[in-house]
Amino acid sequence: MTALTQDTVALDAVDRLLVNDLQEGIPVCERPFAQAASRAGIDEKEVVTRIERLLEGGVLTRFGPLYNAERLGGALTLAALSAREEDFETIAETVNGFTEVAHNYRRDHDLNMWFVLAVETPERIAEVLNEIETATGCKVLDFPKIDEYYIGLKFHA
Amino acid sequence: MLEAQISKTFESYEAAAYEPDETDRRIIQATQGGLPLDARPYHAVAEALNLDVEDVMARLKAMAEAGALRRIAALPNHYALGYGANAMTVWDIHDHMSDELGRRVAALDFVSHCYLRPRHPPQWPYNLFAMVHGREESEVREKMAEIADLLHSHLRSYDILLSTGILKKTGMRFT
Repeated sequence: MTALTQDTVALDAVDRLLVNDLQEGIPVCERPFAQAASRAGIDEKEVVTRIERLLEGGVLTRFGPLYNAERLGGALTLAALSAREEDFETIAETVNGFTEVAHNYRRDHDLNMWFVLAVETPERIAEVLNEIETATGCKVLDFPKIDEYYIGLKFHA
Repeated sequence: MLEAQISKTFESYEAAAYEPDETDRRIIQATQGGLPLDARPYHAVAEALNLDVEDVMARLKAMAEAGALRRIAALPNHYALGYGANAMTVWDIHDHMSDELGRRVAALDFVSHCYLRPRHPPQWPYNLFAMVHGREESEVREKMAEIADLLHSHLRSYDILLSTGILKKTGMRFT
C-alpha cells in the first residue's frame, strides 16, 4: 500500500509550472511539448527530462493518454466492500489482482475498500463483481454512475 | 486544439461509442500505461508499432473527438503535491433536486469529481458523491461544511470517507 504520509517532493518554479500546465493536456501534433516548453522558458528536451523526474519522484502517477472506457464501448463502475481488518491486506491483494480494477482506495468507513472497474464490454461489470465476491467472500456493492457533473483539473502544484 | 475538443462534458455525447479497430487497440495498449518520454512521443509510438505517425495522430484525434480519449496529460499524485487529505463526501439529497445541486457542488473549486449514484438502503442512503481535496483533514471538514450549507434544505443526511491508503492506481487496461 502506498503510504499517505509521503514527504512532499521539492519542486522548483519550473516544475510547478509544468505540473499545472501538463495537467491540462498536450496537443496531438509533431512537437506537443513546444508550447509548454516556451511557457516554461526551457526547451522541449528539458520538459521531457523533468516529466521523467517527476514520475520517478512520485509527483506524477502517470503521463499520457487518459482513455474513457465508456466511450470505447466498455464500461466503468465504482464498487465497495467491507473487509475485516485481519483480512484486509489479503483481500486488497485479491481485488488488485483483477486487471479490470483500475483504482482502489482504503477508506475510513465500515465499507473500507472502494475500487473502480474499467472493462471492455458492459456485461463484464456484473461478471467481474461476481468473481470478486467469490474470490474474497465479501459482498460487493455496485455504485454505477447515474450522472456526472464535472471532471475538474484543480490541483495546483 | 485538442484541449478544446476534449473539454466537452459527457452529456454532449449522444452518438454511439467509438469502435476501436485492431490498429486503435494496439495504440491504446501501447500508451495506456503512459506516453514514451520523448520530445516527439507520437513518432516514438508510431515507430514502436511500425505505423505511420500521421495515422497514429489521426487516430488519437478521432478518439479525442469521439470522447474516447479525455486528454493527453499529466496525472499528479495528490499527496506529493501536499494535498494530504482526500475525502469522498456522500450526501442523501432529494432526487428531484439532484441535477441542479450536483452542478452547484461540482462548481466548487475544491471538488474534483461529482457523481450521482444509486443508494443501497438501509446500509447506504447517499446518492451524491463529491470528491474533496485539502492539505489536512480539518480543511476537508470545513469544505464539507460548505457543501452542507449549499445543500441545506434538500439534504437528509451525509457522511465523509477519508482515504487512508492508495491500494492501486493504474487506470484503465485494455488487453
